[in-house]
Amino acid sequence: MNTFSFTAFILIIPLFMFLLTGLTGMKYKPIISGLLGTTGLLIVTILSYYTAWLYFFQVGQVGNTYTSIIPFNIEWLTFTENLKIHIGILLDPISVMMLVVISTVSLMVHIYSLGYMKGEMGFQRFFAFLSLFTFSMLGLVVASNIFQMYIFWELVGASSFLLIGFYYQKPSAVAASKKAFIVTRFADFGFLVGILILSFYTGTFDFDKLTQPGTDIFNSAATASFIGMSAITWAMLLIFMGGAGKSAMFPLHIWLPDAMEGPTPVSALIHAATMVVAGVFLVARMFPVYLFQTPEVLEFIGYIGAFTSLFAAVIACTQFDIKRVLAFSTLSQIGYMMLALGVSGYEGEHGVGYMSSMFHLFTHAMFKALLFLGAGSIIHAVHSNDLREMGNLKKYLPFTFITFTIAWLSICGIPPFSGFWSKDEILVAAFYHNKILFFSSVFVAGLTAFYMSRLFFTVFFGKKQHYHHTPHESPLIMTIPLMILAIASIFTGLIPFSHFVTADKLAFNTHLHLNIAIPSVLVALIGISIAFLLYFKEGKVANRITVALGYVYTTVLNKFYVDELYIFITKKVIFNCISQPIAWFDRHIVDATMDGIARITEFSSEKIKTLQSGQLQQYAFVFVGGTIALVLAFIYWYA
Amino acid sequence: MIQGIPLQYVLVVSIIMFFIGVCGFIIRRNLITILMSIELILNSVNINFLAFNRYLFPDQLQGHFFALIIVAIAAAEASVAIALIINIYRRISNIEVENISEMKY
Repeated sequence: MNTFSFTAFILIIPLFMFLLTGLTGMKYKPIISGLLGTTGLLIVTILSYYTAWLYFFQVGQVGNTYTSIIPFNIEWLTFTENLKIHIGILLDPISVMMLVVISTVSLMVHIYSLGYMKGEMGFQRFFAFLSLFTFSMLGLVVASNIFQMYIFWELVGASSFLLIGFYYQKPSAVAASKKAFIVTRFADFGFLVGILILSFYTGTFDFDKLTQPGTDIFNSAATASFIGMSAITWAMLLIFMGGAGKSAMFPLHIWLPDAMEGPTPVSALIHAATMVVAGVFLVARMFPVYLFQTPEVLEFIGYIGAFTSLFAAVIACTQFDIKRVLAFSTLSQIGYMMLALGVSGYEGEHGVGYMSSMFHLFTHAMFKALLFLGAGSIIHAVHSNDLREMGNLKKYLPFTFITFTIAWLSICGIPPFSGFWSKDEILVAAFYHNKILFFSSVFVAGLTAFYMSRLFFTVFFGKKQHYHHTPHESPLIMTIPLMILAIASIFTGLIPFSHFVTADKLAFNTHLHLNIAIPSVLVALIGISIAFLLYFKEGKVANRITVALGYVYTTVLNKFYVDELYIFITKKVIFNCISQPIAWFDRHIVDATMDGIARITEFSSEKIKTLQSGQLQQYAFVFVGGTIALVLAFIYWYA
Repeated sequence: MIQGIPLQYVLVVSIIMFFIGVCGFIIRRNLITILMSIELILNSVNINFLAFNRYLFPDQLQGHFFALIIVAIAAAEASVAIALIINIYRRISNIEVENISEMKY
């Protein structure tokens, strides 16, 4: 399998670039470290494309099945004879697909950042962190075992933390980075426990062994039970908890909207296209385990995904920060992917949910990165995040307008743009599995079209704004990535995805289900038209509706008070009922014991030290007297 | 053996000297006198060395050598002690032992 040994460089180059620009970045001009990082990533992208070509078209397919290829797998830690941790690379359809997604989006973001971050303080640091993130994310997707995945999982969490807190002088950015880190870390704790339970019963970390259909290594885990559920159910539920934290599924979603404090390219790369889909990727990676061992957990995942997509879409309709609208839209779309995994089967056409989830991941990465980068371009032009301060930007930002339009049509699900194809497959999967989830996702499709159109119309049309200085189009280095991603958003939908990425790794044919596609497009069009009526021209209707809705509107505007609920639980309940008593115990029992010992020692030594009078002859007397006493004692005992 | 004087007699002399030294050390106030008492203690030990060597192993010389070393060390010690005493005198204008209690703790 030495054909693929070059894939090691896909990981080594970004790591090297991180070390190089991170350690020596201050020695030379900022732009050089930017160019270094970008060049490194260009090589990585080329290697990734080459890997994809080689895998999908040359050697990956044996018979009709795509095989898993492990170019190398180094033994890294040995705990016991049976329990070893390897570091390796695993190539199979989803990891190769992710390589393409990550390297493409990352390259676009790198190029875009050369323009967007120009002149910022910490330009080198920014590129160093981007390289670190790319390295960790690539490592995550090619991980050959779940423990290696966990290591890189934490690394992406750390680099996300570093990048959200990039503007560390800004208190809100610091708070947001802390929040993101703590929430995902909390979820990762569940992930780790899940891994440990799983490996305890199965004795292996390797994905290859875990995802083998019909394997019997789960038998002991399935029979052991704990609080009414089997160990395997617990393990998979906890592993999903890690995925839910990273992918910001309800109720662990609270960190993602705040994460928008980071620079916009970072939001595009980490919080829209790559890191937040790590949870989806994790579930997809463990999919056979979920499906065959714990179908109830998979069902649960489907419902969580559906609920998150609905919940986030509703909130997105009310937000005024352009990046927050996009963040909630990301939540909603990731919810779609989870939903699709939840309703998927395994073989052939039954696995359409799995396929569509990965497909949507792919297309969503392209158009959402485009939306974010477009938003970055808009923010760059008007120096504000607030939708209310934007309007009528069409004539000022022609390139951004055109590319944003494509992304907008794509996310709304208008054919023939990419979002339509993948969303349609998801709806098909939901339709044949669970009608409730189907109707909820159709409704979400309408909402998506509505809030995206609201954003689109408000920014590019709407009322005329008086800008302090005329907005100007971003430089070419920022618009070129937009154009490339726009082209990707148009055409990636036409990829026959089911020929490449399927649950059972066998290609199958999909066809357009007109009975589902036509209603979903109609729903999207209805959403767009409502938004058109409300927001295309400056009007009072939208305001009147919000006033009429009253409490409902304020509740949604405040994101259903989930953040406040968290604050209440952490500050009031946990703090008062758990932390305070523990602190009291610590201060009054643990500390007091130690203090008591110290005080007794001090007191007694204070008393004893008066024996030391400084009188030489007194000492001599005691010494001689003691000697004589000892001599007498020895004589008494031994003689 | 030396003209019929037994070993015990010599040891008794040595013990008397030793306790005179100890008593002097504990009782006297003057540092010089205390130093002299220490010399007495050392010399009583010297006598013991010589006596045991002479009475028990007459054909060997270890005891003699030890006594010589002790004499040498006693001389060195006396010179250091006297230097100290002179310094103390310069500082507090007397050499009474009760007055030297500053460095107790």
